[in-house]
Order: sequence, then structure tokens, then C-alpha cells
Amino acid sequence: MGVDILVESLNAWYGTTHTLQDINLRIPANHATALIGPSGCGKSTFVRCLNRMHETNPDARATGMVRMGEIDIYKDASPVEIRRRVGMVFQRPNPFPTMSIYDNVISGLKLNGFRNRRILDETVERSLKQAALWEEVKDDLKKKSGASLSGGQQQRLCIARAVAVDPEVLLMDEPASALDPVSTSKIEDLIFHLKAQYTIVIVTHNMQQAARVAENTGFFLSGKMVEFDSTHKIFTNPRDKRTEDYITGRFG
Amino acid sequence: MTSEPTPQTLIPAPQLQISPEKLTSARSESEPSAVRLFLNSRGSSGLADQGFAALMLLCACSIFAIVGFIFVILVLRSRLSLAQFGSHFFTHTGWDPVSGDFGAFPFIYGTLVSSLLALLIAVPLALGVAIFITELCPRRLKAPISFLTELLAAIPSVVYGLWAVFVLVPIMRDQLGPFLVKYLGWTHLFEGANFGVGLLTASIILAIMILPIISSLTRDIMQAVPNSQREAVLALGATRWEMIRIGVLRNSRIGIVGAVMLGLGRALGETMAVTMVIGNHPEVPHSLFAPGYTLASVIANEFSEATGDLYLSALIEIGLALFLVTIVVNAIARLMVWAVTRGAPARIS
Amino acid sequence: MTSASVTNTTPATPQRPPLRHSRSNGMRRSFMDAFVVGLATLATLLVIAPLVAILGYLLYKGASSLNLAFFTHIPAPVGEPGGGMANSIVGSGIVLLLASFMGVPVGIAAGVYLAEFGRGKALAAAVRFTADVLNGVPSIVMGISVYALVVLKQKHFSALAGGIALAIMMVPTITRTTEEMLLIVPNAVREAALGLGVPKWRTALSISLRTASPGIITGCMLAFARVAGETAPLLFTAFGNQFWNFHLNEPIAALPLQIFIYAISPYDEWHRLAWAGALVLILLIMVSVTLVRIFAGRGILKGNS
Repeated sequence: MGVDILVESLNAWYGTTHTLQDINLRIPANHATALIGPSGCGKSTFVRCLNRMHETNPDARATGMVRMGEIDIYKDASPVEIRRRVGMVFQRPNPFPTMSIYDNVISGLKLNGFRNRRILDETVERSLKQAALWEEVKDDLKKKSGASLSGGQQQRLCIARAVAVDPEVLLMDEPASALDPVSTSKIEDLIFHLKAQYTIVIVTHNMQQAARVAENTGFFLSGKMVEFDSTHKIFTNPRDKRTEDYITGRFG
Repeated sequence: MTSEPTPQTLIPAPQLQISPEKLTSARSESEPSAVRLFLNSRGSSGLADQGFAALMLLCACSIFAIVGFIFVILVLRSRLSLAQFGSHFFTHTGWDPVSGDFGAFPFIYGTLVSSLLALLIAVPLALGVAIFITELCPRRLKAPISFLTELLAAIPSVVYGLWAVFVLVPIMRDQLGPFLVKYLGWTHLFEGANFGVGLLTASIILAIMILPIISSLTRDIMQAVPNSQREAVLALGATRWEMIRIGVLRNSRIGIVGAVMLGLGRALGETMAVTMVIGNHPEVPHSLFAPGYTLASVIANEFSEATGDLYLSALIEIGLALFLVTIVVNAIARLMVWAVTRGAPARIS
Repeated sequence: MTSASVTNTTPATPQRPPLRHSRSNGMRRSFMDAFVVGLATLATLLVIAPLVAILGYLLYKGASSLNLAFFTHIPAPVGEPGGGMANSIVGSGIVLLLASFMGVPVGIAAGVYLAEFGRGKALAAAVRFTADVLNGVPSIVMGISVYALVVLKQKHFSALAGGIALAIMMVPTITRTTEEMLLIVPNAVREAALGLGVPKWRTALSISLRTASPGIITGCMLAFARVAGETAPLLFTAFGNQFWNFHLNEPIAALPLQIFIYAISPYDEWHRLAWAGALVLILLIMVSVTLVRIFAGRGILKGNS
């Protein structure tokens, strides 16, 4: 089950570039929250700070507080422990090329030392069903490599892999930007269903997508969060002039 | 934007679209799954990560250790000879284990002459092959020809030596030698008795052996020249040769010099094949037919029968010299190749 | 040769009319073009010729000398006919196995450091450079260094010393190929694993190395093939042995060493055995190199056909 996320005065840097400047917000549990903004505005950096993936870049650092449920992720736990609680779906589908579909789905469990075969089998079926991929691949789970699927299927496989660890939070960094419209709509349907169980944070450059899947939307600009409100409010009656310019397409 | 007050003050606390009751009910709806409980129980594995990184670093540093250990051990074991002969060792002619008189000049001479002669033979051929493969060769022949030249690199030195002893030496003695005397005798390079073994034979076998490394590196370097350079020259109405000369060779000359130096490094240290055909005679040869000796082959021949500490020490000092010279030659060559291929590793085999 | 052809075909002087000038210039240029194309082709033929000559002669001489005894007998004493190189083949196997046990893990680990931990670090650049330079150090120098370190300490030649010398030669090659292959693994795949909370060490082993494994195996095979034919580093370490030996602490026979000893001997019977040995050695090497070419040609990522 999802948990809510509380972010207080979060700052992040790449080298000397101040990519996130004093971000404060509260992301509610079991809802989808969209982050929009022009490219380079810091929205991707922001989600990468939520599971401490930001730190995998040696030049990067972050300060501030992020609380997920009971846990302050920068104080109470190591990056590895945090990432086990938080699923992440990346911009481009990145299944493990040497693993079968089955192994891809349970990779987060197996690589962390989980061995119970019965639960693994159950998890594969549950996750693939959650990712709406089960019907398409159930006959060659162990025969086919994850890389042999189509782009849209690969991305749903990555979603199955992320939900297989039963995370509390699901981060999606432009999950549909590399996909065709049909696959995109499938992914959007999925997000709509998955938010019943997980707290979902989705980064998108597509405003219609944000409007379709998310209850709340945050608008990022130049490393700052300009506005955060219900999606409906953001798209119909934004408080800030810059948000209005962006959503009406008047943005430079 | 800068004229406004800070954005934070403008934004009120986020309004949640859901009621708090729904939030709490969702949280207490079910117990964490078995998977979740297991993952939450796993440790941070920080220790394992640090240990692994340290182990990898240790192995990486073992490469420094190897080079350092070779240097230190060679210096230690050649102390005796270093102290006795000093710098004189490398300019002195005379190699008499019985009277304890050791000078390495004939070996240095033999090494330099055979290696340079080998380069003289190999470089034009290697360039020709590289040009042929990258610029002229029909696409279908490209792979087989590259493969054949790489096979040439895979043949062990001792097999080259075997072939040279039984095939190249008779040819040198009976055909090529007399031919050279007849037509190039006026240069006084080909004088004295020709037994088939000697500097020239060693140079030829060396040339065959260093050809693949020079040609495959040159090929890589020429392929690294962007096609736009070629097209730019061709668009000016250049012929193929002019395109190669101006568009390709001029752009890759530093890398090609580096490849040639890598070949030189190989030639300087090549041991077995040279030992088998150079004649092994510790005097400065005055003809290309005369037997000579190289730094590497004197070690190969005399090391296991070196009696006496000074003799052994002198041989190890020769090894030290070979080590330092090849390190310097290789370092310069690598820097030159890297300058062109931008650090892309050059495959050596 | 360039200057010669230039003076021959350009009698052009500044006074000549432009048209004539350009035509003669054009002839010179196309002649030069054909000339160079011819030279490059000739050079290629000249390079392939010795290869064919060596392989052909080796096949002819070696095949006629190969028999069952070659693989089952140890060398016969001088003057007696027959004998084989069974002990050398097994000895080479033992020394190479020893070398691989020491050299392969260290080489791969150093490559993992370069690709997974050392990106952009000065230390990694230094390791990379040193590995490349070490690659060019003559094998005879490795031989006397290991002699000075191991043989002088032990007071006798040994299979172990031979293995150490060959292992040292394998490390830089394997390090560089491993690094090269790991760099081809897309970063997105590493991020996927890290994002699942897989520790870095596990990601490096189970994801990066596993994805790159076909390429890394190729690199190890190439390094193996390269040292399999080395003679110089074994001269004063493994030393050679006319009899069977399975003790790592005693001198051991090796195929390249035995070929060398027989090649420089004065006996025809031994020359015959040297050819047979060379053929066997080269077949072993070529088979592994060719296998490697086939595997390497398939690309390192199994899934992406």
C-alpha cells in the first residue's frame, strides 16, 4: 500500500549547477501526482531525489528532507533500502537484456536474495497482470528474452518489474515518451488502475497526459516548483502567471 | 522573474484533493505482503559494497604493482653490474664471461639495426594494407583480409622462428642473398660470407611479425577519420589517392606514427624468432649478412647458463635496459594513438 | 617514388596555356591514383603471401610428422627414433590453467574497477595507461623478473613460476577488453538494477558483467591464445622437462619450449617433431581465435539480435 511523501526544502546540485531550489510539497498516498514543466526544469531530478537515484551520479548531491511514510529517506536508511521501497520506471524501456521475461519481472527480488519459488511464481503472475502484459506473454515467460518484446511491451514489463517488489511508491520518469500512441494509452490506463495501490509520481512533458491520469499536478520551472495544486485547478485556473503561460502554450 | 518575490511565498500549502479519512483507510487496508516484509528486512549492504569496491580497486592497482615489482627486482638484481660498469656498460664492446668483461654495445646495435630495418620493410607494407582495407577494398573482401592479417598476429613467435630456420634461411642463403650481392653489392651493405643467418634474416622475420600490429592499428586510426573529411576532399574534385593523402593520411598522421612506434616496441623486445636466426655473435656486425645479437636474444641464450653473479647481473641489467626502453617507446606511442582515437582502447593480440 | 613520377609527367611550365596544363595535370593525377591503388593492392598480396607460405608449409611438414605417438609418448632419448610431446601438451595445459586462475580474475576485476567505479577518475586513467604500456613490455623481461622473484627464492624452476609469468602477461589484455565490453553495456540497464534497490556490487556482477559476458569471454580467450604460444617467459621459469611432471613445484615441459629446443637441435627426427608440435600449437590457437571471431560477430547483447 502506498504512503504519502513529504518534501521539505529539498535542494539538489549537479556539479555547480543548482538544479532544484528549495522544493516543498506533500504528495498524497494512493493518488497519481503529475510533474510538468519544460525540459531541464528539474522535474526528473526531483523524482530521482525521491529514491536517491540522484546520488548515482558522482557529481550530484542533494540536501533537505524527504519523508516517505514514517521514514526520512536521507536520514533513516541507505539508498539501497530506499530504492527497495520505491519502484521506478524510466524514460526508455530498460529490461535486462540477458534475462527471460520471467526473470526480468522478479529481478528485484532475486537479486536481493529472495528464493521462495511459490511466491516468485505468484509474483510474476500478479505483476504481469497488474501491468496488463500477462495475456500477451504468459506462454513464453521463460522462453523469450525481455529484449525481444516490442517497445510498448518492454515498458509494461518494466512496470511489472517495478510493482513486483510491492513498492510503497512508484516513480515514473516520462514513461511513455519513447512509445507510440497505442502503447501510451495502455500505459495511461495502467497508471489509472495502479494508483489504487501505490503512490504514483509521474513526470511528463505531455500536459494532456497529466490531465488524464493525475489528481494533482506540480509545475516546475528553472529548478523551482512554481505551483502545486489539483490538476483541475492547474489546468483551468492556475494561480501563477507562468503556469498559465506554460499550459496555454505561450511559454517561450 | 527576478523582480518578483521568491515563488515560495506566493504558493500556499498544497491543497489535497482527497479527504484525510480516505488516506488512512487506504493505509490500514491490508498487511504488508511477504515480498515487502522480506525486502524491508534486508540490510543496507553498505559493507559488501565497500568491500567489493576495495577489492576491485586492489586488483586495478595490482597493475601498478606489477610494473613496480618488475622495475625494483631488475634494479636490485643488476646492482653488481650497475656498480661495476656504470654507464660505460652500454657503450662498451666486448662480452667475455670468462674474464668478466661485459659491454652491451653489440646487443644495442644489433637490436636497433634489426628493429629499424624491420620497420623500413614493414611500415610501407602495413600502410598499403591499411589503405587497401579501409579505402579501396571491395566490401566483401574486407572481413577476410582483416581476419587473415589478424591470424598473422596470432602465430606464436617460436613458430615464426621454426619457419625462418627451415625456409627463410635457405632462401636467404641461396636466392635472395646472391641476388642482393649482385645488384646492391655496391652499397657495401652485403659483404662477407652469407650463411643465411644474420641481421637481414632477423629483420625480415621481424618485419613479418610486426606487420599485423601496425596495419591493424593504422586501420583503426584511419577508420576513425570522419567520412565528412573524405567527402570534403572528394567534392573538390580530388582523385582517390588525393582523397586518401589529404583527407585521411593527413588527419591521422600522429596516430600512424604512434602505431609505427608500437610496432617498434614489439620489434625491440621480440625474442624467440630473432634468437633462432640472427646468428648470436656478440660483435658489432659490419654487413647485413653478418651474424649479430640483440638484447632480448642474449638473455634468452645465455641466462640459464650464466655462471657467476656478475654475469647474471649483467644479463639482468640488459633486461632492465630493454624494460625501460620499451616502456618509454610504448608510452609515447600510446599517447599518440590515444590522441587520435580519443582514448578508445586499441586491441592488441 | 612520388617525386619521380611528378617530374616525369609534369613538364608543365608557367608559360603553357591553361587547358594543356590542366590536361597533363589530370593525366598525372589519374596515373598517380592508379599507381597508388596498385601499390596498396600489391602490399596486401605481399602480406598475405608469407601467411599462406607459413601456414601451408606448416601444414605440409606438420601433418606428415603427426602420428598417435606424438600425443601419447614423451620425448625419446637422442638417437632413438619415435617419441612424442604428450608431456609438453599436458604441461602447457597445466601452466596455462595456473596462469588463467591467477590472471583472469585479477584482469576482470581491474576491468570492472575501470568501467564501474573509476569513470572520469585520474587513477583510472593511470591504470588504463599503465595496462597499455605493460602490454608492450617484452615477454622475456617478464621471464627474468619472475625468475628473480620466484625461482631464485625457491632455488629451482617450477610450473608455478611459469604460470605466474604468463598470468602477468594476461592481466593487462583482459583488463582492457573487460573495460571495453562493460562500457558497451547501456547505463540504463545499470540504473534499472540500482533503481530496484540492488546493491552496487550485485549490479556489477549480476547485471553489468553478465550482460557483457560474451565479450569478456572473448577477451579472455584472446589473452589465453596469446600466452599459449609464448616461449620466452617460460625459458627461465617453467624451464622444460623431458619427462612427465604433475608437481607445481618442479620444472615442467611446455609445447612452445619443446618446439624451440627441437628446432635448434641438429637432429632431423627432432625437427620433424618440432613441425608436428608447431602444427598442434597453431591449431589450438587458431581454433580458439576463430571461435572468438564467430562469437564476437554476434554482438555482445544476446537479446538484441
